Amino acid sequence: MDHKVNYLLRLGDNALILSQQLSQWCGKGPALEEDMALTNVALDLLGQTRMWYEYAAELEGAGRDEDALAYLRDAHEFKNCLLLEQPNGNYADTLVRQFFFDAWHYFLIEGLTRSSDARMAAIAEKALKEVTYHLRRSGDLMVRLGDGTELSHAKTQSAVNELWMYSGEVFAYDAVDEAMVAAGVAPPADELRAHWLAHVAEILAEATLTMPPADAWMQRGGKQGRHSEHLGYILAEMQFLQRAYPGATW
Amino acid sequence: MKAAATAIAAAAPAVRSAADAARVHAPGAVAPAKAGAHAEQIFAWLGEVPDPEIPVISIVDLGIVRDVRVADDGACDVTITPTYSGCPAMQVIADAIIEALHARGVATVRLHNQLSPAWTTDWMSDAGKAALRGYGIAPPAQQVIDISGLRAGRTALAAVSRRAVIAPSVACPHCGATHTEITSQFGSTPCKALYKCLACREPFDYFKCH
Repeated sequence: MDHKVNYLLRLGDNALILSQQLSQWCGKGPALEEDMALTNVALDLLGQTRMWYEYAAELEGAGRDEDALAYLRDAHEFKNCLLLEQPNGNYADTLVRQFFFDAWHYFLIEGLTRSSDARMAAIAEKALKEVTYHLRRSGDLMVRLGDGTELSHAKTQSAVNELWMYSGEVFAYDAVDEAMVAAGVAPPADELRAHWLAHVAEILAEATLTMPPADAWMQRGGKQGRHSEHLGYILAEMQFLQRAYPGATW
Repeated sequence: MKAAATAIAAAAPAVRSAADAARVHAPGAVAPAKAGAHAEQIFAWLGEVPDPEIPVISIVDLGIVRDVRVADDGACDVTITPTYSGCPAMQVIADAIIEALHARGVATVRLHNQLSPAWTTDWMSDAGKAALRGYGIAPPAQQVIDISGLRAGRTALAAVSRRAVIAPSVACPHCGATHTEITSQFGSTPCKALYKCLACREPFDYFKCH
């Protein structure tokens, strides 16, 4: 597969899987405001997914459209990072997953606005305002829950500790990522990681949370299609309709 | 008439078109195209197309219509830009534009979707802001600082620091008081946040700066 198509699918898959996960909170968020926030973020991510997939499908030229990419690929063909397929868990789990992702996503999208690929730069320019808002919201909530009650602090710290090993995969560049960096398409990992660590450290400190060591061992494999069992269940629900009734529309 | 298409560009010029997706929509059984319909006229017609979710404001006042071009044969190219990436109203808006122009005799309407420059509430007209206020929605409270300015002055890191976030003072659309507070950063649509007025105690929607 062409490196750029692969890279675009990774961008789209990250956004789609997280969007699908957040959508599961619809109607059962812990507060009305949170319910609306998560579904709005899910909607933004879904819109971004469509733009990445549309471009990937065009470049691929294999007759697949955005729907085929979303609904007719199996788990090993998905390239999302493992962080995003981790279960919603309790609200702290969902929030910490979101915050780790938002912080990376914001710096990535900001870097992509300077991409040598004009179309990717345009998509990033569109998405940047949205992901900036996402990061401000999740960072704010990290502080409120971390520096909240004893219970909210404990749950948030536990989620930080549990999810930390999934936070490094986005910076583990392989041949696909490096080819994009070399072509001026994507920003380099070390730059993103430095920004991510600085921002996460600032928020965690204000949230009175302890940051795990930056050099901890990190999970990887999702980008290359090696997933946890969680992804299969997510896809089973997301793809059910098109699998059961191929080509169904409404 | 000049050989080139007549054109009116809206506030910001199109700088990139790589992401454009053209769509041709030309059914056979409609009135013949009015070759004399100028871009100004098309713009005026589109000014009567309401936003599907906030019907007091037109798609032109909202700043969604970026460019209108009329070719010599009467075919019309309309360039629109999405408000938010996932805005579900965009398809409805696209259909409404085609319907409105067909109804006025423009047989061929080509819609183009343009991402860059990204839509901003700075493009909302003063008439549109007044209409929002009259509808009970507080309009965007300030000019959006150009995101590119973040790169020129502030760093990407500083832009999302909690210390850098300055919440705008939002005036209550009901009583005009600025003694208001945010209830929720997201509201009933991606473009709005929920506020409440601490003076008259009424809750209201706020159209976020974007």
